[in-house]
Amino acid sequence: MVYLDTAATSHKPREVLKELGRFYGHLNSNIHRGLYPLSEKATEAFEGARSQIARFLNARFSREVIFTKGTTEAVNMVALSWGETHIESGDEIVVTVLEHHSNLVPWQQLAGRKGATLKTVRPDEKGFIDVENLRSLLSERTKLVALAHISNAAGTILPVKQLTRAAQAAGARVLVDAAQSVAHLSIDVQDLGADWLVFSGHKMYGPTGVGVLYGREEVLQATEPCFFGGGMIREVTLSKSRWSESPYKFEAGTPPLAEAAALARATELIERWGREKIALWEEELTEYALQELFALGVRVWGPPVNIKRGPVVSFTLPGAHPHDVAHLAGERGVCLRAGHHCAEPLHREWGITASCRISFGVYNQSADVDRLIEVLKEVKKTLRV
Amino acid sequence: MTDLYREEILDHYHYPNNYGRLKQVDREGSESNPMCGDRQTWQFKLDGDGVISEISFTGEGCALSIASASILSEYLKGKKIDALGKLDAEQVFDLLGFRTGPARAKCVLLPLEVLRQMNDQKHQ
Repeated sequence: MVYLDTAATSHKPREVLKELGRFYGHLNSNIHRGLYPLSEKATEAFEGARSQIARFLNARFSREVIFTKGTTEAVNMVALSWGETHIESGDEIVVTVLEHHSNLVPWQQLAGRKGATLKTVRPDEKGFIDVENLRSLLSERTKLVALAHISNAAGTILPVKQLTRAAQAAGARVLVDAAQSVAHLSIDVQDLGADWLVFSGHKMYGPTGVGVLYGREEVLQATEPCFFGGGMIREVTLSKSRWSESPYKFEAGTPPLAEAAALARATELIERWGREKIALWEEELTEYALQELFALGVRVWGPPVNIKRGPVVSFTLPGAHPHDVAHLAGERGVCLRAGHHCAEPLHREWGITASCRISFGVYNQSADVDRLIEVLKEVKKTLRV
Repeated sequence: MTDLYREEILDHYHYPNNYGRLKQVDREGSESNPMCGDRQTWQFKLDGDGVISEISFTGEGCALSIASASILSEYLKGKKIDALGKLDAEQVFDLLGFRTGPARAKCVLLPLEVLRQMNDQKHQ
């Protein structure tokens, strides 16, 4: 089987699965509660995972790392906590047209609740978003800019550092959706400077059900939590309650403990493989795929070939519907995605309803691309296009 | 390998029956496939006895949704509008001569979604 859908979810290395098993098999107990040694060990493992992920991101403090269910929950949490108390009627929120629905719909909803305006950065004629595109939309009313690091459909790598600077210079806070970049590029949150950075575990060789909301210490401190319950309180009376410090005040209920430990393991593996090596490997693979796809006469969407992109390529076979292509490729053992990839506005911008998408992980090789091309040729014949 | 994409189905895809718009429209319905956003619009012209005398559909779609619409439109032409109420997924698959998994069933059954909506219109 050839798996070309890592942008949807990656496969899991054995070490990551072992870590899940280790937690459930040897450490299983709740954290921050039991005074018995088993619970202390579980707490150590969980907080150790937090520290490892903070190091992985080069965060200043491990308390800047909040465990969530995934990217979607992390974005929604920022909208429901910070957004609810900082966005007012007449304010402006800026997103890009490249966003995954999970970094668009929560802001649409927030803007709707508050009477704020949602503005959209569109790519230039080259399909690229640069600082000037963003600057033209910024004003003193801009309170938030939310943008993807790598577009999950176009593969575009956004210059997030420059965009963040420009947005912050205008007085806005910045949220970076790193779901598609964290397993492929080096991320240094201090260098990037964003106020929040969010990602999921399962797209970066970790388990499902866990993700990260990184937030700058000052911002987290000044933000009220949005979920309430156990694990996040300092004192509760029948009439009112006080919260713990960050990150605990944002982690109501029992967090995904084993999953957090396994995610930390995945970040160690990525470090061991070498982030630069990964980026280079996937870059070469992507270039090779683009070259072969062009030779086949498919229409490739997203940035032009001479602009570096993430390991994601969306394309259409002229005359063939993406569903038919993915279905027939799937029957031949090639897993690719078809649809709008949760980026409907971007497909509308392209003037199509759906596309096929391939995406790479560390386990892919050029032979996978060769097999893809072979199968696409067969699919063309079968569909008579 | 599957017989989903057999010659007959691909003929319907590339040269669908009743594709286009009617001049006189007595009933119209439209629905989209949530998986890909493809939308299909159907139109009927009815005679005095409630017989579907003319039928058409438009919209972009995959081979399965277009072939399904093409075959269903042939099946319904000349039938009484009451036939819509009796139409179910089983029957659509029988007409097409194959079965699919749940993901592609959404494509095959998109026309049925529109037709159900059009059937409900008469009760309004």
